[in-house]
Amino acid sequence: MSSRNVTVTVNGSTFEREVEPRLLLSDFLRHDVGLTGTHVGCEHGVCGCCTVRVDGEAVRSCLMFAVQADGAEILTVEGLAPAEGGMHPLQEAFKECHGLQCGFCTPGFVMAASAYLDEQQRADLTDEEVREAISGNLCRCTGYQNIVEAVKLAAKTMYGAS
Amino acid sequence: MSTRVFGKPIRRNEDERLLTGLGSYVDDISAPTAVHVAFLRSPEAHARIVKLDVSRAREHPGVVAVYTHTDLGEHDIELPLMIPHPCMPYPKTQRLLAHDEVHYVGQTIAMVVAESRYVAEDALELIELDYDPLPAVVDIEAALEDGASTTHTDSPGNVGAHLEQKVGDPDAAFREADVVFSERYSIERSAGMAMETRGVLADYDARRQELTVWDTTQAPLTIKGSLGSLFGIPYNKVRVKQPDIGGGFGTKVMFYPDEVLVPWAAIQLERPVKYIEDRIEHFIGSTHERKQIHDIEVAATADGVVLGLRDRFIHDTGAYIPYGIAIAQVAATQLPGPYRVPNFSVEFTAVYTNTVPVTPYRGCGRPQACMVIERVMDRLATEVGVDRVEIRRRNYIQPEEFPYHRGDILFADGLPVTIDSGQYDKQLDLLLETIDWEDFPAEKEQARAEGRYLGIGIANYVEGTGLGPYEGAHVQIEPTTGKVWVATGLTSIGQGLETALAQVAAEELGVEAHDVLVVTGDTQAMPWGVATFASRAAVVSGNAVAVAALEVRNKALGYAANMLEAATDDLELADGKIFVRGAPERHVTLKQVAIASNPLRYAFDDDARAATQFAPARRADGPQLPPGEEPGLEATGYYSPPHATWASGAHAAVVEVDIATGELTYVRYAAVHDCGTVINPMIVEGQVMGGVAQGIGGSFYERMAYDDTGQRRNASFMDFLVPYATEVPAMRLEHLETPSPLNPKGIKGAGEAGCIPVPALTASAIDDALSDLDVTIRDMPLDPCSLKAIIDAAPTR
Repeated sequence: MSSRNVTVTVNGSTFEREVEPRLLLSDFLRHDVGLTGTHVGCEHGVCGCCTVRVDGEAVRSCLMFAVQADGAEILTVEGLAPAEGGMHPLQEAFKECHGLQCGFCTPGFVMAASAYLDEQQRADLTDEEVREAISGNLCRCTGYQNIVEAVKLAAKTMYGAS
Repeated sequence: MSTRVFGKPIRRNEDERLLTGLGSYVDDISAPTAVHVAFLRSPEAHARIVKLDVSRAREHPGVVAVYTHTDLGEHDIELPLMIPHPCMPYPKTQRLLAHDEVHYVGQTIAMVVAESRYVAEDALELIELDYDPLPAVVDIEAALEDGASTTHTDSPGNVGAHLEQKVGDPDAAFREADVVFSERYSIERSAGMAMETRGVLADYDARRQELTVWDTTQAPLTIKGSLGSLFGIPYNKVRVKQPDIGGGFGTKVMFYPDEVLVPWAAIQLERPVKYIEDRIEHFIGSTHERKQIHDIEVAATADGVVLGLRDRFIHDTGAYIPYGIAIAQVAATQLPGPYRVPNFSVEFTAVYTNTVPVTPYRGCGRPQACMVIERVMDRLATEVGVDRVEIRRRNYIQPEEFPYHRGDILFADGLPVTIDSGQYDKQLDLLLETIDWEDFPAEKEQARAEGRYLGIGIANYVEGTGLGPYEGAHVQIEPTTGKVWVATGLTSIGQGLETALAQVAAEELGVEAHDVLVVTGDTQAMPWGVATFASRAAVVSGNAVAVAALEVRNKALGYAANMLEAATDDLELADGKIFVRGAPERHVTLKQVAIASNPLRYAFDDDARAATQFAPARRADGPQLPPGEEPGLEATGYYSPPHATWASGAHAAVVEVDIATGELTYVRYAAVHDCGTVINPMIVEGQVMGGVAQGIGGSFYERMAYDDTGQRRNASFMDFLVPYATEVPAMRLEHLETPSPLNPKGIKGAGEAGCIPVPALTASAIDDALSDLDVTIRDMPLDPCSLKAIIDAAPTR
């Protein structure tokens, strides 16, 4: 199968690779770029484990080919924490609220929630709003309640009056 | 001033790596030279293979090898029967690769190994497979009829197992009863559906004869032993590691064909071989559970005290019965729930069908048993004219009756059922308060006036947990970091074991939980143990860690007494230091004791140099390591429970039924959980809430649908509906702590509990919501279509 050249920026670094047109973006990130924090749970766009941000938007990387991301800026869970160290407020909140168990769905939830918080930019999120916002991601361990609490806590940390 | 960490909601040690993308799941293990596997799986539920030609696939560019059963030589085997039992007339287990007959859609027929998974899947298309379809057995009742076709053509029928057990004198109970009725209840097929599918990576070093396998298994020691004996590799040269794992739920305990074939191929090819199951394969290749049909007869007094039960049930075991009768047996023993039920008989028939094999999934027979007994209690309440709370109180085992011996009915550990402790009335009191039971009738009436149908349901359960035979732990104070190293043979499956076991060790050793490094699931770190299943990890491994940590503590105090030239009784251990009581300036750190405990000291850091300033850790005139002594500050301990310890719980939910659409909404949910002494309430709450969400899936959304020919009708997340955050309600949780008298720490298991009562209470709540109609829910799970059909068929009361 003929290869195509793809150039993407992932977490601030540029990667240029020759890939088959059929290579999924999720496989490209995991196996060509080597960032395995993006997980693959269903490969049919339902579970949300592979959620990354492409030019800011939360996107299921299993529903996109790597070649479609040519020229895009991608943020994965590995790039969320501040460069100076420590974790992002969302990651801190997931730990504080016990919003994860096995951790497999977690990067997808964190990335989906980060896009939502960046869009909302406010502290006063309701349970219903958060549940709706994360309703594209499946979790089999937590029963979601602590994920909802974590997203609300992160919103307060990021946008609450200090 | 001891450090109290046991019982605290300590944040988890494992979280940071998992949150930053640095977790290491099987597919994340770097293996740049690995080749990749795809399986040809049976498209038919039951068929005879007449042609299997892999020659074109073998020639495909990028393909390294294609294997069928004829290539396996001495390894062309059936997988082992994990738990034998004499009640199985012809126990069937799966071949690694099918011979001439296939028994379910998804069964492995051929294995392609290629330079990438993409190429391996391309090559699957080039395999020529022809087959003659055979009649498929799908319906478990029809399977038992005379003249039914058989799941396996070489077997005389479809009975996988048949067992009758009896306690007391049920016939006498029925003769004496004032109230007698019978019911039929069923529960459908479902599955664990961990977010991570299964996977195996194997690497064989031929020169050193060393096999290393990374496997999403809950039982690495089982895999190690099996692979070692199958391949004739020295036991200590087979290393099986379960790295981070994306959920287990029982599905990952089983021994699957790929768990042998991938290491086998790695040995043949002398290259790392990786297989990562995709989601569709997980639906048709990894095990399911739950389908049972119960016919139960009930005998009770006019006051609603149950005198006896007779239950006969059919259990669907799928195409094979690798885990023996475990699920049916657990269902049989947990049928009487928290109630006395002095006389009962239970008879089950496990039935082969041409469907995915059935093995335990979180709950393991208990959701079915709970559904049956709790529906019986609801019906009995109606029969004798008391409410659903009162009928339960009249039948609960009372605190003074523990240990409560059920009689001659054997649990999964092969021992008679003995419930060790519980407080069922108190548990129910707490539940009713938490769900606002007293206020609900007014709430219901108000809603009804607005045209909304609200209902409330409750259900109780007991759960035998913490099965033996044993677990072990190795605890060491590291001489370089001073941190506590804990290794145990079973695995974390995402539930927080790294933190819970750290808390147990930290408590004994007077350190913080984050200074305890716990390793699970590495057969080279702790070569003895069993596995994680049956809500046993915290109970059995937790107590083993306590045993080993206590021995380390005692050793540390003994060495420190010598070093400080003080009496052991005058020493205290806290904050990682041992000091003379009343003179804290006279102290040594655990790290210094660990250094000093090794007669060979390296002055590699300040602590090592400081350790030399004390008196020797051992007072001996002879050799520096006297006979019977060991270097290092470490110990290995084991714990073996006398029998299962019984956790319990009571849950309630308020639901709303939309009678126009059949939609069901959980308005609020409350759970009271009693798992004995709690190590970490935050982790236990997480376990319960996750279980409830799974139970909600198993009550209203998830159903493994097969058509009459044995084809899966919903083998994707598009069609098999795992609940999202929008389907799972907010939950209120309360803990009740009734310590187990069976183990030193008082721990009972918590892992499976949450899912058990949900179908039962959901059925109860729907009945209540539809009390204007003559509706009794007997079959779970429902979905909007089936609930709408029930509503439409119901005569108005």
